[in-house]
Amino acid sequence: MTYELPPLPYAKNALAPHLSEETLNFHYEKHHRGYVNKLNQLAAEKPAWAGKSYEELIKTESGVVFNQAAQIWNHTFYWKSLSPNGGGAPTGKIAELINEAFGSFDAFKEKFSAAASGHFGSGWAWLVRDDNNKLQIVSTHDAGNPIKDGHNPVLTCDVWEHAYYIDFRNDRPKYIATWWNLVNWEFANSNLKP
Amino acid sequence: MMITSRRLLNNAAKAPSRSFSTAKKFSLPALPYNYDALSPVISGNIMELHHSKHHNAYVNNLNAALEQYADAESKNDVGKMIALQSAIKFNGGGHVNHSIFWTNLAPTKEGGGFADPKFHVVQAITKKFGSVEAFVTKFNSQTAAVQGSGWGWLGFNRNTHDIEVITLPNQDPLSVTGLVPLLGVDVWEHAYYLDYKNARPDYLKEIWKVVNWKNVEERYLEASKK
Repeated sequence: MTYELPPLPYAKNALAPHLSEETLNFHYEKHHRGYVNKLNQLAAEKPAWAGKSYEELIKTESGVVFNQAAQIWNHTFYWKSLSPNGGGAPTGKIAELINEAFGSFDAFKEKFSAAASGHFGSGWAWLVRDDNNKLQIVSTHDAGNPIKDGHNPVLTCDVWEHAYYIDFRNDRPKYIATWWNLVNWEFANSNLKP
Repeated sequence: MMITSRRLLNNAAKAPSRSFSTAKKFSLPALPYNYDALSPVISGNIMELHHSKHHNAYVNNLNAALEQYADAESKNDVGKMIALQSAIKFNGGGHVNHSIFWTNLAPTKEGGGFADPKFHVVQAITKKFGSVEAFVTKFNSQTAAVQGSGWGWLGFNRNTHDIEVITLPNQDPLSVTGLVPLLGVDVWEHAYYLDYKNARPDYLKEIWKVVNWKNVEERYLEASKK
């Protein structure tokens, strides 16, 4: 069994002008695909873990294997957290839950942006929920994934430099401001407990 | 007697607790060469961003954290002092690491890339690794494998008098290991992305053309003094 790179949910130029086609090209074809290629390379040696799902590998593995599996999963989740039709204020159940947990959308936006821009080094900012749909903001370092800690991810923002350097150079806060123009509330709603 | 006391109390209530900053202020060191001096190995574009934006931000954030730390210290707020430690380590480490890095590089016309066999450090490298090429291969292989952001280092062990290749995550300075830094290579994506994109191994292959071996030798001689 070989691991496959899931298709991008939209064309590479679909998130422009917020995120450029060039960024998506490199981020998806080089970084995301690179993790898949590496995991397949490692799996070719037929270790005991070969064939397990990404979620299983995230929960049970560590080191290089974990890094590849987690990064494949993280990036797939990231692409879905964005949409060419995204942005604006949340609608549906997620909007209520945000108000419950953070007081208001603006308050949530401020907290999430601070978590994303303030993270030292590479990593991810996540909106997660528990089994009662209580929302929380967590950040993970490098390839870290919150399902390892038993959280249920709802949305994510990639803050590795490769995610924003082509379009924003060192200006991570500007990239995060742009993320809000693309955030996929439909996807967020689909990750809630019904 | 009572009126004097009341006036003293009133004055005490109005006086600021500590209005001057006792925090040390660090500053961005100047580059020993122009921004485009290391081109095409590292473009002027990267050098300018790396120095004037990234390194500058570490310096500013370090100073801000230290000012808050001095304030917390003056109020005996140990909780706040502890909370500030990660910001000091991260930004302080970033400042220390990048300050070393700029001196570890030089344009080829100023000796960048030339590992002079007369240098003691080059002899130590040859003795330990077999050749400079073998050392570079090992250094690059270990440094390319850094997960996320970090640095590759050649360090000097004062206890064993040996040189070591080691990598560290984030902006952790080599000093946390007790080793003396001789040569550091930044593999945060900002160090190479605009020129090499995701191809970190290509950046690592090329950077040796501008490694300032004179500086590595100076550091080695200083570190290995008895």
